[in-house]
Amino acid sequence: MKVWKYGDSINTDMLFPGKYTYTCATPEEIRPHLLEDLDPTFSNNVNRGDLLLVGDNFGCGSSREQPVLGLRDVGIKAIIGRSFARIFYRASINQGLILIECPEAVEAYREGAEVELNVEEGLIRIDKEEFDFPKLPDQILAIRDAGGLLNYTRMKLKEGSP
Amino acid sequence: MGETFAQKVLAKKAGMDQVVPGQIVTLSPDHLLTHDNTAAIIGKIGNELDKYGVIDPELPIIVLDHVIPAANEKTATNHKKIREFVKKQKIVNFFDIGEGVCHQVVVEKGLAKPGELIVGSDSHTCSYGAVGAFSSGVDRTEAASLMLRGEMWLKVPHSIKMELNGSLSKGVSAKDLILHIIGDVSASGASYKAVEFHGDTEDLTIGDRFTIANMGVEMDGKAATFQVDDRTRQYLRKAGVKDDEYKPIWADDDAKYSSEHEYDLTEIIPGIAAPHKVDNYHTVEELKGLEFHQCFLGTCTNGRYEDLKVAASILDGEMISKRTRLVIAPASRSEMRKALSDGTLDTLIEAGGIVLPPGCGPCLGAHQGVMAPGERTLSTANRNFKGRMGCKEAEIYLASPATVAATAIYGELTDPREVI
Repeated sequence: MKVWKYGDSINTDMLFPGKYTYTCATPEEIRPHLLEDLDPTFSNNVNRGDLLLVGDNFGCGSSREQPVLGLRDVGIKAIIGRSFARIFYRASINQGLILIECPEAVEAYREGAEVELNVEEGLIRIDKEEFDFPKLPDQILAIRDAGGLLNYTRMKLKEGSP
Repeated sequence: MGETFAQKVLAKKAGMDQVVPGQIVTLSPDHLLTHDNTAAIIGKIGNELDKYGVIDPELPIIVLDHVIPAANEKTATNHKKIREFVKKQKIVNFFDIGEGVCHQVVVEKGLAKPGELIVGSDSHTCSYGAVGAFSSGVDRTEAASLMLRGEMWLKVPHSIKMELNGSLSKGVSAKDLILHIIGDVSASGASYKAVEFHGDTEDLTIGDRFTIANMGVEMDGKAATFQVDDRTRQYLRKAGVKDDEYKPIWADDDAKYSSEHEYDLTEIIPGIAAPHKVDNYHTVEELKGLEFHQCFLGTCTNGRYEDLKVAASILDGEMISKRTRLVIAPASRSEMRKALSDGTLDTLIEAGGIVLPPGCGPCLGAHQGVMAPGERTLSTANRNFKGRMGCKEAEIYLASPATVAATAIYGELTDPREVI
């Protein structure tokens, strides 16, 4: 498992350039351009189960969804950050990509440190140090547990509640 | 305890007496705005649309604006799919290419009313705070779900109060003010929060308020809103909205804010956001003389008649420098026609400007006015992210229409106060 570390205010154009937003929508189309202008080595070397460790206001800018879809589809286990931009945060909940706000963990991480994450317990371990993060509210967990918002919506439609 | 604007609107929409910041509420927005990305949105829910249909044909507002006229087969096919969807689902509020940038169209057609809740699959949906609506951007998946169920959750945000005092000096505009504010609070300064503008706002035109609210998301605001006044009512009447069709909502005097900021408008001077972040604020004075290969006037931030008029007053009788190009994209058909009928557009074209159809144009780098490596654009748009204008080795600086016009004359950054 690799930890990909990036800094503050990483915007959506760096995660997925705007010039591709109207021509790329599927995982296969998105992947080659994922993080293209931030880290050209990322898309070829990322593995399922890897983590992203990021600074403040990650995902700021456009409401485009490709960065979220792309990071989820390459198998990023979670993004641990100091803070996230609002639309990006919501988009991640809706896609089932796990975002964890834990500035202390970001602060404590040093290159090469061993990182363990237990989402259910709300626990991050960096080498021997432990950090906890708060559980999400029930309404949001219901969306995540359904496998994302569209699955949740389909379930509700089937139940007959508009 | 007094309530903020956000608390009041969200309580009303959730059908509750009162809500508090941090509370999660379920509600139904008055409208859902989508644009060229409608194709991707409906592509996610094809089967469900066939089976259940759009929950309410009056809920969506669809405006084709991002890549218009289509730049290639793929974007043309997207537009075609959207037109077919609109017809099949009998969508009421559809605006085909040429009508303008979605946010400008929503406001000028009177589709955003004071006290309403509007969400859209575009981050600059926050613009409708200009006319007292609570509006906010969401992702495409949320938009897809809303088309089917018309319902979503929202967390009631904390709010920030920004008190504007005095009025702006000659040659200084709302753009200079919002660039200064974002530089002050930072690009994450309003994260998860709703911004309210208080104080001497009555002198600001609806266009000025639009420019400011539009950039609310550049400090990561959930919404950015102005109080409804006579100017708002007048604007809405012209847009065909009668006074009794809406009920303005505003914060109580004793509402509780997470922070309060004061700005003296008389002290604001021409400003600029340098690459590659909107909060990388400098005064024009500091960077004076910087060479620009392209000057871009337009977008939903600053492509209205009043913006073009300011630029034309500076460029009247002048010719732009051979070192630069001036690209103009009016915010809408209606704003473009105003500029056409009184000769504003003629002045700009005579000075060397190139006029594009009303739409997003160069702002997102998909076509029209794309940059080359090593080039620099001075733009009236709202974002200067690396790669935004189609090339990651190009630089984008943001400024007011007056600064862009003055700079076009010399091909280098010029303080508009020196030429007016």
